[in-house]
Amino acid sequence: MLDKNGIAKRIAKEIKDGYYVNLGIGIPTLVANYIPEHINVILQSENGLLGMGPFPYEDEVDADLINAGKQTITTLPGSSFFDSAMSFAMIRGEHVDLTILGAMEVSEEGDIANWKIPGKLIKGMGGAMDLVASAKHIIVAMQHVNKSGESKLLPKCDLPLTGVKCVKKIVTELAVIDITPDGFKLIERAPGVSVEHIIASTKGRLIVDGDIPEMQLD
Amino acid sequence: MINKTVKNAELAINGIQDGMTLMLGGFGLCGIPENCIDELVKAGIKGLTCISNNAGVDDFGLGLLLKNHQIKKMISSYVGENEEFERQLLSGELEVDLIPQGTLAERLRAGGAGIPAFFTPAGYGTEIQQGKEVREFNGKMYLLESWLKADYAIVKAWKGDALGNLIYRETARNFNPMMAMAGKITIAEVEELVPVGSLDPDQIHTPGIFIQRIFQGVNYEKRIEQKTVRKRV
Repeated sequence: MLDKNGIAKRIAKEIKDGYYVNLGIGIPTLVANYIPEHINVILQSENGLLGMGPFPYEDEVDADLINAGKQTITTLPGSSFFDSAMSFAMIRGEHVDLTILGAMEVSEEGDIANWKIPGKLIKGMGGAMDLVASAKHIIVAMQHVNKSGESKLLPKCDLPLTGVKCVKKIVTELAVIDITPDGFKLIERAPGVSVEHIIASTKGRLIVDGDIPEMQLD
Repeated sequence: MINKTVKNAELAINGIQDGMTLMLGGFGLCGIPENCIDELVKAGIKGLTCISNNAGVDDFGLGLLLKNHQIKKMISSYVGENEEFERQLLSGELEVDLIPQGTLAERLRAGGAGIPAFFTPAGYGTEIQQGKEVREFNGKMYLLESWLKADYAIVKAWKGDALGNLIYRETARNFNPMMAMAGKITIAEVEELVPVGSLDPDQIHTPGIFIQRIFQGVNYEKRIEQKTVRKRV
């Protein structure tokens, strides 16, 4: 079973040289820590920055320089600033190669729910609906089951949707799963996790085809 | 020569009345018009509809107007950092219209650019779709979204001149340029008001045509919402 950093590490292997990538808040943010040195990627932050760098040192903190999670950050050589309309032109116009974000539920058709729980306070969708409606490739980073032990991989989402038929891949603490026209397809299992455990933790239709390899993290 | 300079925030917000619709620039607390917000609090103007990506925090930014019960309705994409907001929303004192962030940015741009509506894929198949025209283009589904306009837009820039030309700094640009275009009257507050001719025309982000009033703000706090640092090794 993987911890949050393990999930981030596995997702980092999906990033190809030359990609422009938008990372959501939470586990997706950790992915930046595991991108191999020989892979050159440019991180997009939807509040208006391409070429996001690491957190600043104490003496570099700048109130005008934040990411979409409102954290202080830095720029890298070759970065650029722009307004929110241009930022979402990059996203909607499919110029961003990969979006990695968290989810509360994903359906076997690739629908995603991650912005609203009825009865609880609604904080808003931020940029999530624009991102999932337009990204060429979307990977979801999340826990396989919720705190009550119920599967988050469902035949249909119960929660209000953020987007439809958009997720291509899910990485959880248990497995790597692709979304195919026939439902979830098990691609890899986390170290020490059995196929039976993954089947039992997945409520939607799960295709298990032949031997399922264990993830290679290093 | 044209001179759009006003002396201070008090004079800049002159004419804003109860019940008006305002746009306020910023993302979180980054790039917000601090001086004008303080002045709106002092003036006690009520029943405002505020279009802004976020709603500030409890004791800063738009949170100050909320605390003072001056806002009737918020139009935003994300409002999660404010407990007073939560309280007023749950008690029914406050209305809120949540809009996907890219749709909000483009609706503002459209308002300033004279484009009454446009199609976007954001929100298709979700509850955002309710009541909206849906159309297919090249096999993909899109929602019709309309422009946003406001009685007053209030933006914050880094540098500006008496003609209203503006330059923003880093990610403090965010929603400010589109809002500057979409206000019937646009007020710009800047950290530094510089002589006309000293800004490089090639570097101007918002051309002065969109601005009606400009002033140099004072005492910028520029509060940081999430200070994150790394340690030197």
